[in-house]
Amino acid sequence: MQRLQPESISEVVQTVRAHAEARRPLAIEGSGGKSGLGRPVDAETTLSLRGLSGITSYQPDELVLTAWSGTPMREIWEALAEKRQHLAFEPAAGMLFGSGNEAGTIGGVLASNLSGPRRPSAGAARDHFLGFSAVNGLGEEFKAGGKVVKNVTGYDLPKLLAGSMGTLAIMTEVTVKVLPAPEKQRTVIVPVPDVVTGHRCLITQLQEAFEIDGAAFLPAAVAARSGVDLVRAPGSALAAMRLTGSPVSVADRCAALRAALGMATEELHSARSQALWSEINEVGSLLPAETDAFWRLSVPPASGARIADELGEGEAWMMDWGGGRLWIARRDASAEDATRLRQALSAIGGHATLVRGPESLRRAIDAFPMEAPPALLQRVKASLDPHGILNPGRMYRSW
Amino acid sequence: MLTMPAVDEGAISAREAIAADLARLVAPASVIAAPAALKAYESDGLTAYRQPPLIAVLPANTAEVAAVLRYCHARKLKVVPRGSGTSLSGGALPLADGVLLGLGKLNRILAVDYDNRCAVVQPGVPNLAISHAVADRGFYYAPDPSSQIACSIGGNVAENSGGVHCLKYGLTTNNLLGLEVVLMDGAVMRLGGRHLDAAGYDLMGILTGSEGLLGVVTEVTVRLLRRPPTARALLAAFASNEAAGEAVAAIIAAGIIPAGMEMMDKPAVAAVEDFVHAGYPLDAEALLIVELDGTAAEVDELMGRVQDIAQQKGATSLRVSQSEQERLVFWAGRKAAFPAVGRISPDYYCMDGTIPRSKLPLVLTRMAEMSERFGLKVANVFHAGDGNLHPLILYDANKPGDLDRAERFGSEILKLCVEVGGVLTGEHGVGVEKRDLMPSMFSEIDLAQQMRLKCAFDPEQLLNPGKVFPTLRRCAELGAMHVSGGKLPFPDLPRF
Repeated sequence: MQRLQPESISEVVQTVRAHAEARRPLAIEGSGGKSGLGRPVDAETTLSLRGLSGITSYQPDELVLTAWSGTPMREIWEALAEKRQHLAFEPAAGMLFGSGNEAGTIGGVLASNLSGPRRPSAGAARDHFLGFSAVNGLGEEFKAGGKVVKNVTGYDLPKLLAGSMGTLAIMTEVTVKVLPAPEKQRTVIVPVPDVVTGHRCLITQLQEAFEIDGAAFLPAAVAARSGVDLVRAPGSALAAMRLTGSPVSVADRCAALRAALGMATEELHSARSQALWSEINEVGSLLPAETDAFWRLSVPPASGARIADELGEGEAWMMDWGGGRLWIARRDASAEDATRLRQALSAIGGHATLVRGPESLRRAIDAFPMEAPPALLQRVKASLDPHGILNPGRMYRSW
Repeated sequence: MLTMPAVDEGAISAREAIAADLARLVAPASVIAAPAALKAYESDGLTAYRQPPLIAVLPANTAEVAAVLRYCHARKLKVVPRGSGTSLSGGALPLADGVLLGLGKLNRILAVDYDNRCAVVQPGVPNLAISHAVADRGFYYAPDPSSQIACSIGGNVAENSGGVHCLKYGLTTNNLLGLEVVLMDGAVMRLGGRHLDAAGYDLMGILTGSEGLLGVVTEVTVRLLRRPPTARALLAAFASNEAAGEAVAAIIAAGIIPAGMEMMDKPAVAAVEDFVHAGYPLDAEALLIVELDGTAAEVDELMGRVQDIAQQKGATSLRVSQSEQERLVFWAGRKAAFPAVGRISPDYYCMDGTIPRSKLPLVLTRMAEMSERFGLKVANVFHAGDGNLHPLILYDANKPGDLDRAERFGSEILKLCVEVGGVLTGEHGVGVEKRDLMPSMFSEIDLAQQMRLKCAFDPEQLLNPGKVFPTLRRCAELGAMHVSGGKLPFPDLPRF
């Protein structure tokens, strides 16, 4: 097992060229924090991007930040916080996906396209990914997109690389859109007897003009694991809705939302609200630790309760994105169970990704879902990595 | 070696036979082959270029689109898709030997789903019709290109259209949930749906903005947003473009993302005011429109802060809209900027670069120098919030050499945008218009990579060839990477 940590783009280029010529696979990683996400990559050489680190340009009033792909997220978060800005897609530190509390690198966050609770209103990682330089599977350095917030010049390759898990190209430098961080946040929590009531409450209020930018449902057992006292206090399941913005606006909307709900509600202010959404974003601390097949489902929001009812085991699941995302822990870590789960979804719409599981399961299945025709996807893969040397097998068994 | 899209004389001589074949795949009345009737399709919003197609065909549903594409694929006929034909970059410019595929008959709103906050529509539905259909429930579709009354949602997807509100609400790509797409070989593919995020590679992401080169969109699922309870606009006049630019930067630096933030220079204000009578101050060197939306209290608060900033940056006058009607009047001027300029000049050429906003004073100064040098006037409207410039170059196509000068002027502006760290097009697309400028922004390797992606979708390059890429090379040649240098623009592309 060889580990390379190039310190320059030309070293990345040389490494990839040599491997392409020899048709030898490369495992690509940022900090390795999400190594448990996706299928294991069988490669003798791992190429780590950690050596390409640092913010190269950050212009707050242009709303753009450019960094080497191996830049730790903590460094990015610190730089943004200093200017009261943020990444609006709310990337998680990613404890669920792998080892320790590595927050990962900006390249890893984009390559996995993982977004937080704000995703329905603010967009995903891919929506904030403006441009990149990368090295393709032939060892050619190329770029796409731009370093400005509005650009339609050429194909939008950042969208394609977002979520491609390092299987198409090795990003070396990335440009992301950054936005002012909201000054204030509050969360309205609504204790409810069951998922149908809680889910309906989210679906209804999301259709009003409250600009809810976090909408989750926690079953009672999940709420009981929260570190936030007011979330545990009702001892029941609850719906949670976050409002962010200027202090005046948040107070206003919060009052209006509570009035519209017309039932017993509780309000979480800054620190508690932040703590709850951090738990929801990180998922891990809220779901039972002993279960090891963790699935992320993206579904039509209005189907959330029905799918939770069909696929959730006991209370080992939770819902955010207003019903559009379900995290489900399943005891049965078999390929057959994975098939059952995906078949159940096919009738409703949406898709399922295995985000954590034993190696046996991760090897046995396609960890990522697939919607386009496989032949087209393979041609797309080949257009960037014709010899199939970049992270082979990370997403799908066959390539 | 380089391949040019040589005209397929065989296709031209077989016009009648092809028309007869197509008439068996769609309703016979939907096949247009008479030269007089084809003239209607000879150009899009970029009227400087005109070329009637070989045949126009107007399928009525996905199955017909698939049948036409399958047929054209088998016969190796080029195809140019077209929505409403409002492209400003020549994205729908026909080919003499190509079938023009008009999607206008696919014009139904198929479903509105408030619980999932989305609408499923056919590609020929005009952008604004979606918002109209959901207005009674307080919803709308956010991207609002100025041509929204006419432009089709399918065309919006192809071009990744923007609009004056995309600083806060995103471009088309940020507001899509699902697509049905027919590939060049006739295969029908569904991507996304009523849920979020791609299952695997984000093909919807690259199809959006692919300018009709990768597939033909036959159904679109868009996000619906709840209309904010309050929106108010501020008109702020400045004594210089620099001061207005500084105000824009200061508003964003203060953590405020307005729903829209537009700037016009003096010539643009004069043209617009004369046309729309929006009450714009004619003595201003630069005029800023800032729209804020949200709850009433929030808008009041932010409006106060924005006014303070504008004053600090030397605003010479400030006016806040006092009613919805007045807000619309403020916008009416900006939205009519292009036709207003069309009134004061026989022709105008609209450019569309994006720059880092801090470079605005530099770019404006250099543009004024160019204007002098080329002897052509220029009026500027900007999406100031996101640095997207729309210089309108005034010329007279009837004056010999004027169009040529306008095009050279435009090219220089766009190269300048790239030089200062920006891009060739912010929202209008590359099309044929900026195709030959692509090498100023992308290396050969960058472009070869993009062309290989095209080959994954359309290996024979039959779908909208001649757009976006300055050179056309066989897919087989693109596989070998050490490419030769030759770059020839298409000699046979009509340019009159």
